[in-house]
Amino acid sequence: MIKAFKKFINKLMGNVFKKKKNIKLGLYGPPNGGKTTLANRICKDWIGEDMGSVSEMAHETREIKIKEEIKIKSEDGKKEISFNLVDTPGIATKIDYEDFLKYGLKEKEAKERAKEATKGIIESIKWLDEMDCVIVVLDATKDPYSQVNVTIIGNLAARNIPVLIAANKIDLKKSSVKKIEAAFPQYQIVGISAKKGKNMDDFYSKIFEVLD
Amino acid sequence: MAKPKKALVFEFMQFSEINSLSSKERISKIISIVKENKIILLEGRFKKQEEAQLIQKTMEEIDNQFKGIEIAIINPSKDNLSLFGKFKSSLASLLLGEREGFTLIGPASIIKEIKQNPQKINQLAIELS
Repeated sequence: MIKAFKKFINKLMGNVFKKKKNIKLGLYGPPNGGKTTLANRICKDWIGEDMGSVSEMAHETREIKIKEEIKIKSEDGKKEISFNLVDTPGIATKIDYEDFLKYGLKEKEAKERAKEATKGIIESIKWLDEMDCVIVVLDATKDPYSQVNVTIIGNLAARNIPVLIAANKIDLKKSSVKKIEAAFPQYQIVGISAKKGKNMDDFYSKIFEVLD
Repeated sequence: MAKPKKALVFEFMQFSEINSLSSKERISKIISIVKENKIILLEGRFKKQEEAQLIQKTMEEIDNQFKGIEIAIINPSKDNLSLFGKFKSSLASLLLGEREGFTLIGPASIIKEIKQNPQKINQLAIELS
């Protein structure tokens, strides 16, 4: 009964998308999950250019970035969707400027970066209401059951925003898509490596499924 | 003279203490206690959107002293219940609302890591400097 209702809502949402011109597709997740790497991969695959800079240091993305009118096609070429891709700063519950010192930043720079990171997280949360669909990018080498992940996914569900979970970094030995599937069994999940471009066809198919 | 040892302070909070407060007031109350370097064990949990507001408010408060929070929200499991058990549990949820489960929340400078799953806290790493 609940499933049928969910399907009905999804269908309804799908119809809304068909009518809506500028779908906002957001990339959300904790810091260093690979949101910008995925954004770059999507942009490279469909428009042939990068979207933002990537770093091993957490909170590299500290401002919302938008790439407008990306068009993707289904494998059989019959379906096409156009969306504005929104790359968001990683959401965390704590920021310590001293963590940035480990990457060689001077104290003043580290404090400035920490301040920008806190502002970025506030922006990310404010933008939740603007999204039509969200891809939650999780690092598949890490424990998926963190409160931040649960909060992000729970908030999207509470707002009835369609969600696809991208279990990223499957090129790494430690990765486990199964752990993410076990933690979030009620969601569509796809294992990818945004860096290596692994399983991206499956990823794009899932986007069509989530938006259908 | 030996340096005095820092004590770990837990504050147990009943849901009734925050029940009548607005979301904004609840969050402000929780953060002000956490900023006193106390760990709160709260009966019940926040609403989903309050969790996001809590993170937002935490970010607004971060400075050189306050580094943020660690939080774990534990919900009772409904997975392995019988049909009647699920009915009872749904009824309890309806009556209790956010009073079900519990929330552990404390300053990130003290709580280093919480490993959790939906039903329990597996590991709580605390550091007193």
